[in-house]
Amino acid sequence: MLEFNLARRAPTVAPIASDAGVKITPLGPQGRLALRIRPAALAGRNDLGGFDLSGPINSRREGGDGEASRDALHLGPDEWMLIVPADEVEERCEAVSAALSGAAFSLVDVSYRDVSFSVEGPGADAMINAGCPIDLSLKTFPVGSATRTLLGKAEIVLARLAADRFTVTTWRSFAPYVQGFLVEAAKDGV
Amino acid sequence: MLLIDCPYCGKRPEVEFHCGGEAHIARPETPAEIADADWGSFLYYRTNPKGVHAERWLHGHGCGRWFNALRDTVSDAFVATYEMGAPRPDVAPENAKA
Repeated sequence: MLEFNLARRAPTVAPIASDAGVKITPLGPQGRLALRIRPAALAGRNDLGGFDLSGPINSRREGGDGEASRDALHLGPDEWMLIVPADEVEERCEAVSAALSGAAFSLVDVSYRDVSFSVEGPGADAMINAGCPIDLSLKTFPVGSATRTLLGKAEIVLARLAADRFTVTTWRSFAPYVQGFLVEAAKDGV
Repeated sequence: MLLIDCPYCGKRPEVEFHCGGEAHIARPETPAEIADADWGSFLYYRTNPKGVHAERWLHGHGCGRWFNALRDTVSDAFVATYEMGAPRPDVAPENAKA
């Protein structure tokens, strides 16, 4: 019953109107899987159920195509966040589990733990740097990077999709704070 | 901002990290058989050196891994970082000015 309620809960955040150049848009439901597996247990398997795990640490690799996107965010030496369309979660869970049968691993559906925002517009990197301490220049955080870091007082997972386009993912209870922080920061850059 | 060289992620800002106290302190294998004074020493007594100090650090708001670091307690400079389980690098204090 709890899962049923969580799955159908209203979105935590509503879009906040702003005339700033950088747009902060809450993204709709997404499937997120937390995969933990040691490199030794992975044993060189880089393609798991359509996910490309070959990227170096703190990188994002795209798999699948179009609507059936399958992104793999390599967040730690033995940790990936797999992002899939919301209606494919169970199917992808089974596919990854099947590909890893016999190995020691942990695969947990954390879709409803997080809320994602799209941050897009000229100067989006400088705007995120209002609360994020890492160097977001294209040289040190190129397109295709993804990492866990901080925004203000909240932990976020930051992925760079293009030079001026990011995805900010944060825990559900932090989402209103993160959204407010980003909207306020965007106003400074008008 | 102070940058700390995580063995997994490279140079990252200090606010993502958390210090976990002195490194390379092995828990006695048979606590019941050692003297109270020795147990107290294991629990509470630390070296607190002036100079290079081996510490445990956690990259909590990053890759989430623990690692060890050599830090100069005088200058607050990080001399070296290395993975858990690796031996302490041999660094002379005069080389400790990073």
